[in-house]
Amino acid sequence: MREGLPALKEIDFSTFFATRWYPIEDLFGIIPLISGSLIVTIFSMLIALPFGIGTAIYIGEIAPQKVNEILKPLVEILAGIPSVVLGFIGILVLSPAMRVGLNLPTGLTALTGAVLLALISIPTIVSLTEDAFYAVPGSYRQAAYALGATHWQVIWHVVIPAARSGILNAVMLGIGRSLGETMAVMMVTGNAPTIFSGLESFIAPVRTMTATIASEMGEVATGSVHYHILFFIGIILFLFSLVINITSSSFSARPKRGNDQVVS
Amino acid sequence: MNLKPFNRARKSKINRRLVQQAGFNAIRLVTLVTILPILGIVVYIAIKGAPAISWEFISAMPRDGMRAGGILPAIIGTLYLMVGTGVVSIPLGIAAGIYLSEYARDNWWTRLIRIAIISLAGVPSVVYGLFGLGLFVLFFNFGISIISAALTLSIMTLPVIISTTEEAMRSVPYKFRIVGISLGGTQWQTIRKVILPQALPGIVTGIILGLERAVGETAPILFTGATFFLPHLPSSPMDATMALPYHIYVISTQIPGMPITIQYGTVLVLLVFVLAMNLIASVIRSRARAKRQW
Repeated sequence: MREGLPALKEIDFSTFFATRWYPIEDLFGIIPLISGSLIVTIFSMLIALPFGIGTAIYIGEIAPQKVNEILKPLVEILAGIPSVVLGFIGILVLSPAMRVGLNLPTGLTALTGAVLLALISIPTIVSLTEDAFYAVPGSYRQAAYALGATHWQVIWHVVIPAARSGILNAVMLGIGRSLGETMAVMMVTGNAPTIFSGLESFIAPVRTMTATIASEMGEVATGSVHYHILFFIGIILFLFSLVINITSSSFSARPKRGNDQVVS
Repeated sequence: MNLKPFNRARKSKINRRLVQQAGFNAIRLVTLVTILPILGIVVYIAIKGAPAISWEFISAMPRDGMRAGGILPAIIGTLYLMVGTGVVSIPLGIAAGIYLSEYARDNWWTRLIRIAIISLAGVPSVVYGLFGLGLFVLFFNFGISIISAALTLSIMTLPVIISTTEEAMRSVPYKFRIVGISLGGTQWQTIRKVILPQALPGIVTGIILGLERAVGETAPILFTGATFFLPHLPSSPMDATMALPYHIYVISTQIPGMPITIQYGTVLVLLVFVLAMNLIASVIRSRARAKRQW
């Protein structure tokens, strides 16, 4: 399916794993880009997981039917909002707010990107986690109630542990969504290839692999070293997503189910 | 199952009531914080974008370096891309879905295809863009064109359509097939006259959601078909085109001094586009669910 486009032989590996990405001077260290992707993804997961799983618990276990009829379409709407629209809101609303609120020189930071990515991955996490809850047999719950457990104890000690593998699957695919997201990240993270160095990196500009490809591919000469490097970054991304997908399908409680809810 | 928590909690009934109350409230709060931004974004865009919407805005060419006039070429371009993507991905996707659910035997080859489809669905959109650039733009020499972009988007949409088609076909009870065959129908007749009509709402929903995603995506068309500005409408599939998502990206990041209402207006048009498709899909789904006889 994929043609092998790399032609990596053109540069040696030492420059490749160097720590600077500066194509104009032939410095192609991809470490800052990978680190940028990882920072933003990890941080977005720190935001998205509590909110995504919490919302799934509410929708799946607590909320009355009537409330769900409003909540579920809203989550679907979030899934349907194109990432470029979220990026747009990020530029015009979120990043000025961040700049003023946190008193930073620029609002285009890893943190801003992470917040947007959290919004993008939340629908995936919510719907898959909720599926996992749904798949927990009713008899488990009834047994727990019969032992005198409260509703909360049933959720906390029975449903969540039983749905563990499904939740893990949701987390993996959420990570995949974040890692692969391009437009929103490119628009708000500030696009400066830096390496993670302590906590202040969260509020500094970064650049991810996806954003690098998207922003530089248009300007690069076909067949040049730079061009091949960008394709190579694409291959790295592809491998990342492959690993995530294969791990997640090994977690998945019901491997036969389609992946319709995976896709935005 | 670990019973310790239950025993411990039984000791104080009031305590566990409190825990439950606190837990539920925390969960409610979390849900509220998750849901409010969604509503906020949609409402905010609608309010900010509404003043820009006029007949001229959606039916005129851009003027003055896109700082005035309408966004007709971007709307038309998005429609072209959607139609092109549909023409390629719908027949292929449905055929593959039917094959996988009705004909394919459960062997390593089929399993491999399934794993490939699931993996494809998780591939980052910008990687599809690279793939399209390598294969359609350069190798097949279609250039930066509608056809390259539509083919790229089709490959991205295919996994969605295939898996929803397969899912919809599989959810039709097995009895239907037995009855169809026992009435003297061939397997193909049974599929076409019995299974497919039953599965159709599910398939259509999948198609709409797949196309909705294609319409909203920017990264795959970035280097395969989208262009910054066209003085005229695209006249053949080999022309490059403007498209709404790319247009939003350009006017919000690349053009200084862009009037803010036009930006919000464009975003609103795309949002209406996408949410309308979303709405149609959920109407079809709930109608079908209400009518289902099994």
